[in-house]
Amino acid sequence: MFKAKNIAAVALLAAVYTAIKILRLTGIFGSYHEITIAQICINMLLACSLNLITGFAGQFSLGHAGFMSIGAYACALIIIRFPSVYGFMLGLIAGSLASAVVGLAIGIPTLRLSGDYLAIATLGMAEIIKVVFFNLKITNGAAGLMNIPRLMNWEWMFCLTAGSVALINNFINSRHGRACMSIREDEIASQSVGIDIALYKIAAFAIGAFFAGISGGMYAAYFYVLKPGIFGLLKSIDILVIVVLGGLGSISGSIIGAALLTLISALLQDFASLRMIIYALMLIAIMMFRPQGLLGTNEISFALFTRALKRESAK
Amino acid sequence: MSGNALTVEKLTKSFGGITAVSNVTLHIGKGELVGLIGPNGAGKTTLFNLLTGVYAPTSGDITAYLGEQPKSMRGMPPHKISRVGIARTFQNIRLFSDLSVLDNVRIAMHNSIEYGFAASFFHTKRYFEKEAQIKEQAIELLGIFGLDKKTDELARSLPYGEQRHLEIVRALATKPEILLLDEPAAGMNQSETLELAETISAIKSSYGLSVFLIEHDMSVVMSICERIYVLDYGVLIADGTPEEIRSNKKVIAAYLGEEKL
Repeated sequence: MFKAKNIAAVALLAAVYTAIKILRLTGIFGSYHEITIAQICINMLLACSLNLITGFAGQFSLGHAGFMSIGAYACALIIIRFPSVYGFMLGLIAGSLASAVVGLAIGIPTLRLSGDYLAIATLGMAEIIKVVFFNLKITNGAAGLMNIPRLMNWEWMFCLTAGSVALINNFINSRHGRACMSIREDEIASQSVGIDIALYKIAAFAIGAFFAGISGGMYAAYFYVLKPGIFGLLKSIDILVIVVLGGLGSISGSIIGAALLTLISALLQDFASLRMIIYALMLIAIMMFRPQGLLGTNEISFALFTRALKRESAK
Repeated sequence: MSGNALTVEKLTKSFGGITAVSNVTLHIGKGELVGLIGPNGAGKTTLFNLLTGVYAPTSGDITAYLGEQPKSMRGMPPHKISRVGIARTFQNIRLFSDLSVLDNVRIAMHNSIEYGFAASFFHTKRYFEKEAQIKEQAIELLGIFGLDKKTDELARSLPYGEQRHLEIVRALATKPEILLLDEPAAGMNQSETLELAETISAIKSSYGLSVFLIEHDMSVVMSICERIYVLDYGVLIADGTPEEIRSNKKVIAAYLGEEKL
């Protein structure tokens, strides 16, 4: 448990945390920066959870915003009634579990689908979820929920994101995670070595949805306002772009991709008219030069650095 | 030998109007190495797919005698058949090509060394113990073909022959009692083929396996198989020892065409 790898990861997290804390205390980071940090955290968790479904288990999903919205609404409805830390905890748990249940509900009927067909089916499911929120009285329809108590700060978000990503990463590096990856690689071979591919496809959806639910809860408790329109197809595509850009099948890729894309879109905020053009051009450029994503299926690790060093010294 | 490991009873599989496997009855004894030969398109791989649950038979039955009770495997999905103790390799290599050599083998140990979802999320003590066991056993199995030095390489980057070896190692990692090999020597040269034949015999005796082998290379089949079945157009046309098969008129006709007198 106390391997060099884990100690390095904790040290890195602590360093990032302290750096942000100092920047925040010295006033170099204002509340505008804090919002960006919050967005990065939410996007990281969304990207890592979608990567589990799409990058690791190989199940193309266009419905991730739907899972997020369930976590967000469930958490918001609970903390409006119980505006306390405990209420928030309850909301987070209820939201993520509700989202996981919907993940199961989507995973089971779409088991036989793959590729484009699965993408369309998950897109349809997410749209249904959106329409339900549009029409429910309790969610206040299209006007959405306002004045959700702000129970989140960036410290909370940082810790929740780090913890959730660590859990996803642990899952991937286990026999269950490997079973998911074998489905992506070859379903027939996977079954032939005794893997119940139906079980692991559903598990990937449920676990991915669970963590998307957590990020939804974080969103609700930070940004005051929820509207069904936020969680449309565009949001799902935004998350997918992060995952593909970072590298399908790489958690560190998703982390870097989320940080990079969120920062870029925040920096381009001042050039509103050019923003989407620059953003799109960048994506095209990255996909042309790194079609496998920034990190491919690699993870950032010591081994990667030592290998790169060896390659350099061999030249 | 102590009886049969697997029996196949009047097994038939038709795809629409085509009967790929027709009324096949055969048996594999415990610890026996049985060959399956036949011209291209004879239905050999289809038979393997039926035995491993990739296809459901149209009629007939497959029974395994591996546990305490004989078990009918008709209609069982592939992952359950794997748990019964039947493993296979594929004619057109089906490795997990973007994963490492070690992961390919570790995945196959999914059911032999287990821990729960909680252990995998929280990396408990149990996780570390079991993972250490998995790794140790995987490396030991990879050692059979000297692949233990290539654990971190991607499966796709291995040379063709080693990919075939890795498929066999992966099949062994499921801890089978019956091993089905689909053309393990395809694409290998003479010396590689001989070496492979020796290794198959060695694996068979050291792991106490029953082996059912599809192979086109007659030098392999004739040298290591104890008994041979011959399939032609989905029908079993002969079975017997290698000597009997070599001189069987029907077999010669199937391979070379009828003699016109």
